Amino acid sequence: MENSEPSEQISDEYWDMTIEPQRGLFDLQLKELWRYRDLVMLFVRRDFVSVYKQTILGPLWFLIQPLLTTITFTIIFGQIARLPTDGLPQFLFYLSGTVVWSYFADCLNKTSNTFVANYNLFGKVYFPRLAVPVSILISSLITFVIQLLLFVAFMIFFILSGSEIRPNLWLLFFPVLILMMAGLGLGFGIIISSLTTKYRDLRFLVTFGVQLLMYATPVIYPVSSIPDRFRWIIQANPMTPIVETFRYAFLGAGTVAIGQLLYSFGFMLVVVFLGVIIFNRVEQNFMDTV
Amino acid sequence: MSNFVISVESLSKVYRLGQIGTGTFSHDLNLWWARVHGKPNPMRRIGETDHGNRAGDEIWALRDINFSVQQGEVLGIIGRNGAGKSTLLKILSRITSPTRGRIRVKGRVASLLEVGTGFHPELTGRENIYLNGAILGMSRFEIDRKFDEIVDFSGVETFIDTPVKRYSSGMYVRLAFAVAAHLDPEILVVDEVLAVGDAEFQKKCLGKMGEVAKGGRTVLFVSHNLPMIRQLCRRAILLNRGDLVQQGDSERVVSDYLAKAFAGQYSEDVCSIISSFFSDPAFRLLDVRVLQNGKETNFVGNGEPVQIEIEYNVLEKTHGLRVFFDLYDKNEVLLFRSFHDSGEQVIVPMQKGHYLSKMEIPANWLAPSIYSLQFHAGIHNTRMLMPSDVRIPIYVHNTGIVNKAYAGDPIRGSLAPNFDWITIRLGTSQG
Repeated sequence: MENSEPSEQISDEYWDMTIEPQRGLFDLQLKELWRYRDLVMLFVRRDFVSVYKQTILGPLWFLIQPLLTTITFTIIFGQIARLPTDGLPQFLFYLSGTVVWSYFADCLNKTSNTFVANYNLFGKVYFPRLAVPVSILISSLITFVIQLLLFVAFMIFFILSGSEIRPNLWLLFFPVLILMMAGLGLGFGIIISSLTTKYRDLRFLVTFGVQLLMYATPVIYPVSSIPDRFRWIIQANPMTPIVETFRYAFLGAGTVAIGQLLYSFGFMLVVVFLGVIIFNRVEQNFMDTV
Repeated sequence: MSNFVISVESLSKVYRLGQIGTGTFSHDLNLWWARVHGKPNPMRRIGETDHGNRAGDEIWALRDINFSVQQGEVLGIIGRNGAGKSTLLKILSRITSPTRGRIRVKGRVASLLEVGTGFHPELTGRENIYLNGAILGMSRFEIDRKFDEIVDFSGVETFIDTPVKRYSSGMYVRLAFAVAAHLDPEILVVDEVLAVGDAEFQKKCLGKMGEVAKGGRTVLFVSHNLPMIRQLCRRAILLNRGDLVQQGDSERVVSDYLAKAFAGQYSEDVCSIISSFFSDPAFRLLDVRVLQNGKETNFVGNGEPVQIEIEYNVLEKTHGLRVFFDLYDKNEVLLFRSFHDSGEQVIVPMQKGHYLSKMEIPANWLAPSIYSLQFHAGIHNTRMLMPSDVRIPIYVHNTGIVNKAYAGDPIRGSLAPNFDWITIRLGTSQG
């Protein structure tokens, strides 16, 4: 009896898990991901703690990066190129753009490397692969919040020194903006990471692609300064309404277009949906191709 | 009542050989275009034949594997390199998915494919215990509960708050294994991890594995260490080039595997012994043989006698010519040296001619172990005729009657002879 076929005697409910060639397209195993939530938080902690170990300035780097970028932007685009800033103090204008953009860029850059960077780990032990990109979203969010506090501090400073800055009720919409950025970063990131298991070309594209995309987003200029002829290009970019709305909510200058936001939100949903499905397909066999 | 925990059904895995895809998108597109229009592969090298179904580029790492494992079983998986052992474990631990077939599992599977997976050098021992534990599937609560036990087991208490990059490699491995050893899964998959660490630590690991098995949990153990497979596993499966060729009692599977694996080596050894003889005016070695049941093999059971034969030509009448062999145990201890004429009371000169000298090691005399044989020939007080230090290993498996009643106990000593004991009851016990 030792080698008799158990499948004939035992009903399907008996087994806890079936390993099959291909999971269903929509079998995303989100329940598994929830079971591994401790792991997600430990990844977040690891990313956060390990980055600045053995550095002198430590977590101060979280602040130095956006500050230096903003100062550079202020000098080059503000003082030399004299780009308009919707009447806002240049420093604050660029800082707001930089902080928001860097969250999206961080999410995208880091998640797009998921499979290649974690090849060793994925090759030895199973856990829901989605835990890695999700943990990246969260650890980037922590960085973002720290930088946001810096931005708010400067904002208060500028208000106290008499600048015309009017934070308004759109601030309540802020969590949705974060969700949209995270979604876009995640979606694009995991699509790229899934494709890089086969086509390494994309890795090169991502690094400067993200940089170029910044110039197609109103980070260093307001949408209002773009001639009508070209405006559709900027508006096709789903990041545009996010940056504009953020600036409007905190600083009271710029435009909020509901239609644009809806478009952006829909775009985000599609990208996340596609991304998760592609990722789910690739994660099952990527060890054979990476 | 059956209580299966793993059922592997028609499992197959195909890998494509060579570069996967062509590597760039445009080439893939090209390839696809050609295939759709029924043209030959444009990326094919000139002179290479194109297999329509590309079967030539495929390798079956596993082919139609079927087996099942019951709860509490310790199953050994053996086979040469490339037999498919690791692929099987990879599919079972969900690192890659099968091409066909399925595996059904009851309970949590944890694999020790390599210890220390996901250790981050910058993090402290404590932080790594939590991270590594979570990667292996433990919840925070579980790790909290076992934390002290893990630290104890690893023996690195003093350094628990030091980044692991400052650890010695021994400490690193110990800590990593300690985490893995406290996983408590229903099914544990182990692949050769016992190769790491010092002897004392290995003993600890073995103990832990035995404990896991005794606790009613299931262990799948892949190793090249066949004595350990024999010792730890009751059942074993043998894979060869992706096929499951044998399953059953681990003793038998290991024996049959060894018999096949060493048959080739045996004839090679014999050849090199014969060819390495000096040409000598008095003596020429023709053949040496190890036989059991009339078949030439160095893979023998200790339940039947083993014959050893030496065939040679004596080229001129020689006084004091002796052929003999040494039998060593697995620790290189010389057990005995036996001469073809050791029974003679006087020296008998050998006449010119063609000779066969044979002897027999009796049944129930050798222990299940590995011995080696070294053949010699020499002329007494004159010269050695045999320069070769090539030995023929003899693999002895247990078919004998010695200690049958206590078969689970290891047999101690280099030999296991069956002596005639007599036990007489002298009366009622005194005092």
